[in-house]
Amino acid sequence: MSADAARDAKPPPQQATPARLSVECDTDRCRLRATGSWTATQLGELAGRMARQLNTIKGRAVTWDLTPIEQIDSAGMMLLLHHRNLLKQRGCNTEVLQTPEQEALEQLVTENLPQTGKTGTPRKVLRPVAGVGRATVGFLLGFQNFLAFLGENAVVLLHSLFHPASLRFGAITRNIEEAGVRALPIITLTSFLIGVVIAYQGAVQLQKFGANIFIVDMIGIAVTRELAPLITAIVVAGRTGSAYTAQLGVMKITEEIDAMRVMGFDPQQFLVVPRIFALMIALPLLIFFADIIGILGGMVVAHLHLGISWGEFVQRLRGVVAVKHYWIGIFKGPFFAWLIAVVGCYRGFQVSHNTESIGHYTTVSVVNSIFLVIACDALFSVVFTQLGI
Amino acid sequence: MAIHDPKEPVIQVRDLVTRFGANLVHDGVSLNVGRGEIYGLMGGSGSGKSTLLREMILLLRPQGGSIRVLGHDLTSLSRADAAWLRRQWGVLFQAGALYSSLTVAQNVAMTLREYTRLPKNVIDRLARMKIRLVGLPDKAADLYPAQLSGGMVKRAALARALAMDPQLLFLDEPTSGLDPISAEAFDQLILKLRKMLGLTVVMVTHDLDSIFTIVDRFAVLGDRKVVAEGTLDEVIRQPHPVVKEFFWGARGRLRSAHGQ
Repeated sequence: MSADAARDAKPPPQQATPARLSVECDTDRCRLRATGSWTATQLGELAGRMARQLNTIKGRAVTWDLTPIEQIDSAGMMLLLHHRNLLKQRGCNTEVLQTPEQEALEQLVTENLPQTGKTGTPRKVLRPVAGVGRATVGFLLGFQNFLAFLGENAVVLLHSLFHPASLRFGAITRNIEEAGVRALPIITLTSFLIGVVIAYQGAVQLQKFGANIFIVDMIGIAVTRELAPLITAIVVAGRTGSAYTAQLGVMKITEEIDAMRVMGFDPQQFLVVPRIFALMIALPLLIFFADIIGILGGMVVAHLHLGISWGEFVQRLRGVVAVKHYWIGIFKGPFFAWLIAVVGCYRGFQVSHNTESIGHYTTVSVVNSIFLVIACDALFSVVFTQLGI
Repeated sequence: MAIHDPKEPVIQVRDLVTRFGANLVHDGVSLNVGRGEIYGLMGGSGSGKSTLLREMILLLRPQGGSIRVLGHDLTSLSRADAAWLRRQWGVLFQAGALYSSLTVAQNVAMTLREYTRLPKNVIDRLARMKIRLVGLPDKAADLYPAQLSGGMVKRAALARALAMDPQLLFLDEPTSGLDPISAEAFDQLILKLRKMLGLTVVMVTHDLDSIFTIVDRFAVLGDRKVVAEGTLDEVIRQPHPVVKEFFWGARGRLRSAHGQ
């Protein structure tokens, strides 16, 4: 917008001449004559050139002649005052010729000049140190806030476990529909493609050993145990986690959350807990669905590329893939869901009173929850292996 | 600097027609705003005063009639003229409409940064000067809009509207949401600025105090038309029911009794 407007500004519809400053110097006197329109838009390149025009003038008597100026506004006056000050600092005696209106404007500007003297900005050398300090304090405060949020959340969560009547079932079902049912198309697409990719890459290697049939073991275990849960959780984090942050963030900005608190509706109970429960129910179901579609993708490749018939594939799947792999995959679902929902809601509550922070916290929320999901998956991997499951 | 001359019209509205779907908002609205005036647009809720203001500042396009601002017809405007016009006015929105991710000083400096090539420190000092001019403390310059009180938001938004030294100032309900003392102070501020900067001011208001104290001339909108236009004395004598409702209702009577 601004670039367009600036370009359009080039031919001013009203005949205003750009601001000019002519400098005539002899040995000890300088005469500065200002002409044209000294208004914000007409100052143009003079604003940049003026410093160069004037910086050779030192310790001389300077006369500013402002009377030829056609039009001047506060921007023009401020620029003049700025350079008059600079000249004064270089030991020039200045004298100003100006009209009464210009004098009135000068008075208006000088009267309202802010007190200079910077406050609270560290020196340049110390700036990185100050930055580290600020970041550390910010991180610690953020962590403290997160713990407080978790504590509050745990209390409400436990309370609703013991008093199931306090749960908002309407909100839970609506959230399940939003986070679960409506995610089916994208989950179908991603898990089918994952199944295809894994089967395809595996098929090439297995064919070398003539071990075609082992594709079933590979697909069966990899998809149910690791890939379906992980991919589903990542898709849900991007889809639902971000939605949670944005929804709660907007409610925070419009003071809806404050309104709820005032009316005695605990936002944790009304907004956070239903979302957590909904996602903890929806995600395992989505993982189950992704298992089926992922294996189907593998079957298609096995059939087309390795010539394994549908019946053969299913037969072998039942024989070699222990059901525990499937259960482990499903078991991870509620944990991933909890992480995504808690992070999404927490970041939503962190949104402050400006529109930019919604975007910021939504991004942070998605990045955090994807990282946490992967870290949690790694943890499960180690634990289950150590336990020999 | 502009001089007070009501005879030189800065804004001319002629036979304006505005329609939103089946809802006819204006049906032949005409009025004149003279140079240097503080001109009020008055009327009940839904009478189309804010709509009229939005049409004057190129946010809405009327279905019929014409609006001339500073000699330019708004219905047939080249891009360059529109860009020029937009720099001749400042607008104070009802809720301030400050950019919430920028500090007050950055909000005020925005147009200066985009439209001029002034050095950064000059722009910063200029912005801080405007902030002081509207009566905000210096330390408000580095605050974000969310940290300001309602009255401060209005003042900050006014400073932003004044950033480019406009000839024309549009105010949408400048005193709504302010307590009577702040509202009074804000009215006085507008009077002072008009005198100092030679502004022409158009304000939408239904604050009777503003009408009684600072507005030179005003128009009362009702029945999709201007039902009365002129100075307070001229308007108050009009027998139109909308005018009567306004000035002879309980609030109006009280104010007339004390004020006049």
